[in-house]
Amino acid sequence: MDYHNAKKVLEVSHLKQYFNVGKKDEVKAVDDISFDIYEGETFGLVGESGSGKTTAGRAIIHLYTPTSGSIKFHGDEVVGMKDKTKMKQFRRDMQMIFQDPYASLNPRMKVRDIIAEGIDINHLAKSKEDRDKRVAELLETVGLNRDHGSRYPHEFSGGQRQRIGIARALAVEPKFIIADEPISALDVSIQAQVVNLLKQLQKERHLTYLFIAHDLSMVKYISDRIGVLHYGRMLEVGTSDEVYNHPLHDYTRSLLSAVPIPDPEYERTRTQIGYDPKYEQGDKARKLVEIAEHHWVQASPDEIPMYQERAKKEGLKVL
Amino acid sequence: MMESNENILEVENLKINFKTYAGTVKAIRDVSFNLKKGETLAIVGESGSGKTVTTRSIMGLLANNAVVEGGTVMFHDQDVLKMTEKQLQDLRGAKIAQIFQDPMTSLDPTMRIGRQIAEPLMVHKGMSKAKAMAQALDMMKLVGITNAENRINDYPHQFSGGMRQRIVIAIALINYPEILIADEPTTALDVTIQAQILDLMRELQNKISTSIIFITHDLGVVAGMADRVAVMYAGKIVEYGTVDEIFYNPKHPYTWGLLSSMPTLETNGDELPSIPGTPPDLLDPPTGDAFAPRNSYALKIDTEKEPPFFKVSDTHYAATWLLHPDAPKVTPPVQIVARQKQFAEMQKKLAAEKLSHPVEEEEERQ
Ligand SMILES: Nc1ncnc2c1ncn2[C@@H]1O[C@H](COP(=O)(O)OP(=O)(O)OP(=O)(O)O)[C@@H](O)[C@H]1O
Ligand SMILES: Nc1ncnc2c1ncn2[C@@H]1O[C@H](COP(=O)(O)OP(=O)(O)OP(=O)(O)O)[C@@H](O)[C@H]1O
Ligand SMILES: [Mg+2]
Ligand SMILES: [Mg+2]
Repeated sequence: MDYHNAKKVLEVSHLKQYFNVGKKDEVKAVDDISFDIYEGETFGLVGESGSGKTTAGRAIIHLYTPTSGSIKFHGDEVVGMKDKTKMKQFRRDMQMIFQDPYASLNPRMKVRDIIAEGIDINHLAKSKEDRDKRVAELLETVGLNRDHGSRYPHEFSGGQRQRIGIARALAVEPKFIIADEPISALDVSIQAQVVNLLKQLQKERHLTYLFIAHDLSMVKYISDRIGVLHYGRMLEVGTSDEVYNHPLHDYTRSLLSAVPIPDPEYERTRTQIGYDPKYEQGDKARKLVEIAEHHWVQASPDEIPMYQERAKKEGLKVL
Repeated sequence: MMESNENILEVENLKINFKTYAGTVKAIRDVSFNLKKGETLAIVGESGSGKTVTTRSIMGLLANNAVVEGGTVMFHDQDVLKMTEKQLQDLRGAKIAQIFQDPMTSLDPTMRIGRQIAEPLMVHKGMSKAKAMAQALDMMKLVGITNAENRINDYPHQFSGGMRQRIVIAIALINYPEILIADEPTTALDVTIQAQILDLMRELQNKISTSIIFITHDLGVVAGMADRVAVMYAGKIVEYGTVDEIFYNPKHPYTWGLLSSMPTLETNGDELPSIPGTPPDLLDPPTGDAFAPRNSYALKIDTEKEPPFFKVSDTHYAATWLLHPDAPKVTPPVQIVARQKQFAEMQKKLAAEKLSHPVEEEEERQ
């Protein structure tokens, strides 16, 4: 991607999403994260369980009202958006695909009606024929048959159900799709099918993706850029090649060193890098700093030289 | 690794059906394999291919609607399939243990963890409570539960997912079982926690020389854990061999598809190679090779006649007609060709090292 001329679709700044605010069990699920997503790219969000990936996705699509911070979509502030028409358009432009293809489809509805839900809500179809035609086209787009529309979700395999979920998201002609672990529940051989479909659709429809997953190899493959989340904070952001090949933050290094690779010889010689999370605690104020070109690391002012040194060692273009 | 050539488990011609309203599910269709003392055998394959049913038959834990159509599961010189319930209980508590994907399903939420770990010793070895609790504490330390003395009276919900899986491992290993069956033991865990648990399993295997049957769909985990690998498809083993043979020189097109559809950190390009279609319906398995409809390398004979196992090496067998001497020569997917090259280079290097250090080699052998 050419990031100099790229257009920002989504700008997240200082987003905080806390739960049980003010109570003893307050959770800072997302704690002051900032990042941008450019038009047509796939931004991968990685991090261990509980790091805040789903919460960030849900806050961005406005399933939650953020505790604080700003989310701009095509330049318009979404947090506290009053304009009803704009809000409705936002709800259409941004869609979500969920992890569990079993739980996310209403078992009592026919596939046709599941897919057409958004078409109906947004009055996109001129007539019943138009509605049927759109559904049939969507089914074919995701690699299913037209006559699958009259069946119920339980008659489909996991991979097919995930395709139905994708068709449903596409029905309203969105511009931006948040895919929260869309392939984790699928079999290895089916995962590749769904990933290929998502990539093909992105090309054909100029879609922008926020792709959440904890399978690091798959995220690396599908994403242009990657953000590493830990304890609700963004620790490193950069192109996926750079973050994977030249990670700068200790946490990223440790995380990547733990990824099992389907290569016995590599596995026999792998050395795992440890990480002490105490490093992130304490009272140092840190924020994302651009250390090398398009490569950001969370750092306090006194840590910047250390990261610059690391980047130099890795042969990166230090700023 | 403390492998030996002694088989402690031999499964032969196992066939298991399930009676359901829709008809008879032919879940295990003639499976044979063995397990050597101290080795780790990984079973990989798509969801529904029969991995769990196979291992449950080894524990004598088949569902009520299961019918064993034929075959034997010999543990030492006894057929597990013919054991009485009493014998099976003895087997499960002491000689064969298992851990599952979700640690919470195998822990009792109402019982303190020390007690849960100690219980198999009291039940199966008739040990006194005090002695069993002391051993439980040792085991907690062994599996890496920090501050074990203070945590022995805690309940499962007071532990994180990774710690719970350690507790499950402690319970499974407290009787030093001869076989440990691990069915997706780390699938629910993060990579960093997964790495710790896998390290722990390797370390404990060395200490107590247990044999492990490791079920997972993560080929990365297999590469790091297994001595040998069996690949299952639609209720059959279609290929088995040493971990190097399966990863660097696979012969079955299903293994090819499985290995190439998984991206590594190096994979680039617009499209991932994927296996088209979905697995067959085991209510009515197709004639011939069950993988044929999804196999771009399928031959005409695949739809007519089931392929037997062809020998690739003393340790490596694959059930595909492509290995028949009269079969046309085909080129595997590029990813597989690359793996074969890597393998050839590794072996060349190994041979060269042996040539240049003949003396050390001699010493090693003694
Ligand atoms: N509705 C809620 N109320 C209270 N706490 C919550 C809520 N939703 C999430 N959390 C907490 O916020 C933190 C982040 O959760 P989140 O689901 O975003 O993590 P995640 O990165 O998506 O993890 P996973 O990989 O397991 O899906 C966790 O500690 C979680 O327990
Ligand atoms: N009690 C049962 N009744 C009917 N069919 C069953 C029963 N148990 C298993 N099966 C069927 O037997 C086949 C093998 O199932 P098994 O659980 O061994 O698959 P698996 O390889 O472990 O899959 P996964 O990776 O999803 O765990 C499947 O087709 C399954 O639907
Ligand atoms: Mg999540
Ligand atoms: Mg299973």
